[in-house]
Amino acid sequence: MKKMNVNFIVGLFILFGMGSMAYLSVTIAGVSGYSDDSYQLIAKFDSSSGLKEGAFIEIAGVKAGKVTNIELDKENFESVATFVFEHGVILAEDTIASIRTSGIIGDKFVKISPGASDDLLKSGDEIIETESSISIEELVSKYIFSSDTDNE
Amino acid sequence: MLAVIKTKIEHLGDVGINLVESSGRLGVFLFNILARLWMYRFPLEETIKQVLFIGAKTVPLILISGLFTGMVIALQFYDTLIRFGSVELLGAAVAMSLIRELGPVMAALMVIARVGSATCAEIGIMRNEQQFDALDCMAIDSYHYVMLPRLLAAIISVPLLTAMFDTFGIGGGYIVGVLIHGVSDGAYLVGMADTIVWNDVWMGIIKSFLFGLVIMWVCLAKGFYLHIEQKQSGAVGVSQATTQAVVLSAVLMLFVDYIVSSLML
Repeated sequence: MKKMNVNFIVGLFILFGMGSMAYLSVTIAGVSGYSDDSYQLIAKFDSSSGLKEGAFIEIAGVKAGKVTNIELDKENFESVATFVFEHGVILAEDTIASIRTSGIIGDKFVKISPGASDDLLKSGDEIIETESSISIEELVSKYIFSSDTDNE
Repeated sequence: MLAVIKTKIEHLGDVGINLVESSGRLGVFLFNILARLWMYRFPLEETIKQVLFIGAKTVPLILISGLFTGMVIALQFYDTLIRFGSVELLGAAVAMSLIRELGPVMAALMVIARVGSATCAEIGIMRNEQQFDALDCMAIDSYHYVMLPRLLAAIISVPLLTAMFDTFGIGGGYIVGVLIHGVSDGAYLVGMADTIVWNDVWMGIIKSFLFGLVIMWVCLAKGFYLHIEQKQSGAVGVSQATTQAVVLSAVLMLFVDYIVSSLML
């Protein structure tokens, strides 16, 4: 009886600990079943500066997937990002993928503007139309230099 | 004058030799314990008993300290974030600091305080009463019978305790942030879920696993080598060994913490 009591309490402890761990990894870290056969698209950006693997993808402001991989295309020097979408999302060929920032100092995410074409993208296809991340510094310097040349 | 310098240098050499010797002893000790994993059958029953002591009986302490740690982090972050008008980051800030850093470290400190000191004193007294020699006489391998179950139990228990600490800390943060200060609960929970990625949780698990190993390793070794390392024997020796074990395991734990963080970030 005594020994069973010990085993019972230890079992309870392990169950409780595993439960907490599962809560942390599934609910909070969002380890979910985006399996390999899910809807994947790639997109090439001139610059994906600031975009991280695991960044989320928004369609109409709703989270609909995440960025799983970012690589450098060594021939064209472009950034190749792989997107995995939630089940049931299918996008048209003229979809636009743009990298945006949430708030002023927030994380970078990918905003998808769905197209209206009848041709749909299959899993593994490429989103042709992309907008790179906007760098405020670049915009400012462009403005400064263009106004310089206007004055001259 | 020359004699004084000579004694100083001798003292320095003594300290150096002691340092190398004791780290060597620690290494051999760990190797000896882990070798028992392949030499004998798995000590299941003993390990379960030790999980009861190290893990299950530490749960109330972990829950209370986790709750208050989460509450105070939420309070501090709320006060800071409201100055920038970005209170919606509260959940992310609380969860990130708990899961990555504070959860493993605080849970490990609680385990050191509750279990490490007790274990070191217990092993030290067993050494004092020559119980290890008695076990040797009875052909019972003390590494297998006494040390291995404790080490395994710590390695199993500390990550689980850390997970509970994190969960209750997040709950404490929810109490302070959402219930007391009126941050919207959507912002707290969803902000948390959007920011934390698997890598953060994984880092916490790796850390707590290593902490469990380091804590129990140091505390067992300090007790086991009491007769070699301590100048005074008897009760004074046990008290000194326990103090050293607690201090050394806490410092080593923080060292490992830095190493793991720098490797994984």
